[in-house]
Amino acid sequence: MEIILALGIGVLAGSGVWLILRPRTFQVIIGLSLLSYAVNLFIIAMGRLRIGVAPILAERAAGDPAHFADPLPQALVLTAIVISFATTALLLVVLLAARGLAGTDHVDGREPE
Amino acid sequence: MTRLAEHLMIAPVVLPSFAGAVMLALGGEARRNVNAALNLVTTFTLVAISIALLRAAESAPTGVAGVYRLGDWPTPFAIVLVADRLAAIMLLLTSILAAAAVVFSLARWHRVGVLFHPLFQFLLMGINGAFLTGDLFNLFVFFEVLLAASYGLALHGSGSARVIAGLHYIVVNLAASLFFLIGVSLIYGVAGTLNMADLAARMPAIRTEDRALLEAGAGILGIAFLVKAGMWPLCFWLPGTYAAAPPPVASMFAILTKVGAYIVLRLWLLLFGAEAGASAQFGGEWLLVGGMATVAFGTIGSLASQDMARLAAFSVLVSSGTVLAAIAIGQVGVTGGALFYLISSTLGLGAFFLLIELVERGREPGADVLAVTREIYGEEDELEDSHETGIAIPATMGILGLAFIGCALVVSGLPPLSGFMAKFALLTSALNPPTGPTPTAAWVLLPLLILSGLAALIAMTRAGIRAFWASPDRTVPRVRVIEIVPVAVLLLLCAIQTIQAGPIMRFMQATAQSLHDPSDYIRGVLGSAVDRPDSRRGQT
Repeated sequence: MEIILALGIGVLAGSGVWLILRPRTFQVIIGLSLLSYAVNLFIIAMGRLRIGVAPILAERAAGDPAHFADPLPQALVLTAIVISFATTALLLVVLLAARGLAGTDHVDGREPE
Repeated sequence: MTRLAEHLMIAPVVLPSFAGAVMLALGGEARRNVNAALNLVTTFTLVAISIALLRAAESAPTGVAGVYRLGDWPTPFAIVLVADRLAAIMLLLTSILAAAAVVFSLARWHRVGVLFHPLFQFLLMGINGAFLTGDLFNLFVFFEVLLAASYGLALHGSGSARVIAGLHYIVVNLAASLFFLIGVSLIYGVAGTLNMADLAARMPAIRTEDRALLEAGAGILGIAFLVKAGMWPLCFWLPGTYAAAPPPVASMFAILTKVGAYIVLRLWLLLFGAEAGASAQFGGEWLLVGGMATVAFGTIGSLASQDMARLAAFSVLVSSGTVLAAIAIGQVGVTGGALFYLISSTLGLGAFFLLIELVERGREPGADVLAVTREIYGEEDELEDSHETGIAIPATMGILGLAFIGCALVVSGLPPLSGFMAKFALLTSALNPPTGPTPTAAWVLLPLLILSGLAALIAMTRAGIRAFWASPDRTVPRVRVIEIVPVAVLLLLCAIQTIQAGPIMRFMQATAQSLHDPSDYIRGVLGSAVDRPDSRRGQT
């Protein structure tokens, strides 16, 4: 389980970094998306991996934390997903505007000589 | 404190978000005048609120004006807002700069694009929240709010140059946000808390084998802040974006780099101060070398700049680098001087960004951009009208020249204005540490700061000669009263900072003292809740 998650994060992050360094705006935006997936998985992993347990404690009692998943990283991930979704949407608009104004999808707004 | 006064703390966050939402509900463009009025009222109310918070923080014996626990949860679980001296002074600086930028924008800039006023309020909400919050993840949320608003504002007025610079700005900051998240989750994974005060209290107890992971988390988190603060080599996005941003927005952006520097100052001294055990001073050398490299890079850049906007953007880098290097020296006196410098240089640069547009208006490039945006939005008629009705000031070039000299004095750090006092205070304390010999870092910082001041003076003089003397056939720009007044007020505040240097410096030293010995801060946040859980349990 751990090795699969670690490999998944690694592959996503690696592909994201490679794409982010590419010269086309569309590659950059896909790279950012992949990176944000990797980061979201990483946040979950930082709350320790637990399978099949609830992220809440027993009703009206503290309960034993050993039987529950950490709810905080899940809350963090939800927030992070919403924010990265919104900013990616914003970036898409800017990307289209840049394409329209510059006439090219190169990140510098002009083709290299 | 009365109940209302307790809630004053959250007003700098709630008020702008509410005002922004109302503006959006009113329907942005159709009611631009209503929005403008609302923006003015809110921003000036924020100035009053921050003055009240500053007075509260000053009179509080611990320097913490209050701790606001959202939802009234007991502290380690609640997301807290903390108004201490540093937060209060930064709030005041933000709101003053914002007031100047709003008044300036009313002359023409708020008309060149859509939704200027709501975005401006959301930017204020994000900045104020980032200064007030005492929780790392909450800080991330406020960072994203201010960044999202700044993306919109950087593109305000559109145009090819702005969109391309904005694209780089957005991509770099999105990547930095991801670093922020990785750092936050690493720290949470090791320490099990995101509350800054709780984190600081837990630092000495972190196990040795976990320490490397925590330090890695802090380092990655630091990258996110230093991208914002524009530390070399994370700053290449900055000059282009700041030079292309519309002037009132660029003037607000002068404080965005300071948000990064502020958080480095707060977190580094809180987490890696003397009490942190084995992690004390973690990353200090990097901060010092990086800060100095930023000063050097900004200095070379400002000498090489062809136009004033880029010169101002590189001056932002110099200012940011100076603050970072001074923080890294890690002495109370130097930090106090750095805070004084931070205020003075932010006011000076804010004024400079506004002034540049007025000076450049008589020349071609700026006019081109404006003409293009006018075509896009088809508002030529409206603008022509307002040209006729505005009150133009007399002796335009003389007044602009005077204001330019004022900016040059503040930015390059020459007497008699506050830039000189700030650098003097900073260097004096760096060269005369309370104990032991003068550190090598101070000997390197001294020539670097003096040379950067000289270079700034040369660059400013050259730009001034080109703008005011060397173009006889230029048209004298029409400058209206509401455009020159914000510049004059910002420079006047620099002058006041010089005259009142004694009391202000004492306040800064007290602030620096409480930053270097954060036990009051930690006790203020954690201690206030100690008796609360019991009383809560009693009720249920």
